[in-house]
Amino acid sequence: MSLESYGGSCVVPAVSGHPALVIQDLTYSYGSQAKSALFEVSLTVQRGQKVALIGPNGAGKSTLIKLIASMLPLQQGQIEIYGNAVGKCHHRVAYVPQRSDVDWQFPVSVRQVVMMGRYAHLGWLKWPGKVDREAVQNALEQMGMADFADRQIGELSGGQQQRVMLARTLAQNADLVLMDEPLNNLDVPTQELIFHVLEDLTAEGKTVIVSTHDLGVLPIHFNRAIFLDQRVISDGSVEEVLTAETLARAYGVRLCTDPETGAVTVEQLVNNRPVSRGDTHGQLFD
Amino acid sequence: MVSFLIDPFSLSFMQRGLVGGILIGMTCAVLGAFVVWRGMAFIGDAMAHTVLPGIVIAFLNGASLFVGALIAGIVTAVGIGWFSKDGQVREDSAIGIMFSGLFALGIALLSRVNSYQDLSHILFGNVLGVSWGDIAAITVVLIIVGAGVALFYKELVVTSFDPGHARAIGLSPATVRYGLLILLALAVVSGIQAVGVVMVVSLLVTPAATASLLTKRLDQVIVLGAGLSVLGTVTGLLASFHLDIATGPVIVLTLTGFFILTFLFAPKQGWLMRLMDGDLPRRAN
Repeated sequence: MSLESYGGSCVVPAVSGHPALVIQDLTYSYGSQAKSALFEVSLTVQRGQKVALIGPNGAGKSTLIKLIASMLPLQQGQIEIYGNAVGKCHHRVAYVPQRSDVDWQFPVSVRQVVMMGRYAHLGWLKWPGKVDREAVQNALEQMGMADFADRQIGELSGGQQQRVMLARTLAQNADLVLMDEPLNNLDVPTQELIFHVLEDLTAEGKTVIVSTHDLGVLPIHFNRAIFLDQRVISDGSVEEVLTAETLARAYGVRLCTDPETGAVTVEQLVNNRPVSRGDTHGQLFD
Repeated sequence: MVSFLIDPFSLSFMQRGLVGGILIGMTCAVLGAFVVWRGMAFIGDAMAHTVLPGIVIAFLNGASLFVGALIAGIVTAVGIGWFSKDGQVREDSAIGIMFSGLFALGIALLSRVNSYQDLSHILFGNVLGVSWGDIAAITVVLIIVGAGVALFYKELVVTSFDPGHARAIGLSPATVRYGLLILLALAVVSGIQAVGVVMVVSLLVTPAATASLLTKRLDQVIVLGAGLSVLGTVTGLLASFHLDIATGPVIVLTLTGFFILTFLFAPKQGWLMRLMDGDLPRRAN
């Protein structure tokens, strides 16, 4: 990563007509691990789409998101964002991290955290100006966090902290928003607010990719789902992707309907043979 | 009472000690805020020990001690990063290896300098022995450290709080960390003159940790930490003058005393207030 890639020096315009994201034959493996985290992943996301990225633990969802956010170096394959190679323009892509990747006790105020979204435009040795402060204030108000602006981030609840992270993304004014498991352990009002904001973003023509384990929200809030398990297992509308077959393949389970009672149970499969029966929830989507 | 406070500083070595100590305390406290909040206390302590061979080699060759220590500090920073890069060696192990290995090299080289006095000054510091030349060098270090922190403040903060976001906006946390380690090496070299290799981590950690119990804003942690450090230095100098105790340990003990008092009696986060509020077991991360 060169020093020049950070900050306002990005002048690469979006190439008109190009999709928001084009990934071709992306393969990635960590260090000495023999098994690759991602294997020959190819997909295209059009501008204005709201995409759910689903798959079991260890499926490579975070890896894919980090590669798109240029947080990991490309090993094999290509990623194009609005017609430009990944890493060409960092302020076009915003990333909301998993909760555990942030030091919440660090002594920064809510306003300072949201201002970090503007750092993408500022770069070395430049200080926030009026435009930046206004963008931060607007983002805080949009997320209902203006009254908390001077609090230390660690004093807030988990839901409030997630709102601040989304406010930071709004302040960055990115075209492609990536969120890694943003819904875990969130209160319902905050989830609803996040979906509302994501809806507004896509209505403005921005593109949103969200990884999640919460399959229940898919039919209502997403117009596309990508089922990832090291490679793309299925990709299409939510109804197309959420089938018994893909679930069975990705989670190693089979849904069974009892012919007499109609109750649905789950069979754990090992090498395609059932080993135990149990309730669906919890085991599957934790 | 006034003469108790003022008279000692009519002596020129006390004046130099005062000016030097204040500058050193401020330098270390400014960086200390980041050392504390990024969990770098161990690497700070290691850095203090690993610069020893650099200082000794420079001393033996009549070169600048600062330059010698700085080179050793950079070798430490790069070495730790290199050993732990691929995750084959954990970072704290890499620090431990560099720490003991280079310190041993320093001690081995020192044994060729046939003077225990030199050894004890490097190990335990002697702020009353600083010359005006040393003070000039210490001032330059303070300016570099202060300017470094001021100019790269937002990068230091964002890489500390959310390194993922930093990488996503094209800012390499590793680059910022190397820069911080170089500043740390500079501050350590200053600090060694006041309290020596063995105790310099106290100047880095204790004032900033004390300030962090009193405020939740990083800029205030820096300013308050620097203030506490200056207060500790002055107290240390006076106590050592009137009680005839070595200055370095008294400075460290004073700073430790501030920390313990603050830990017990701080208005919001102090042990006593938390005990009265009945929420002692809290403060999970």
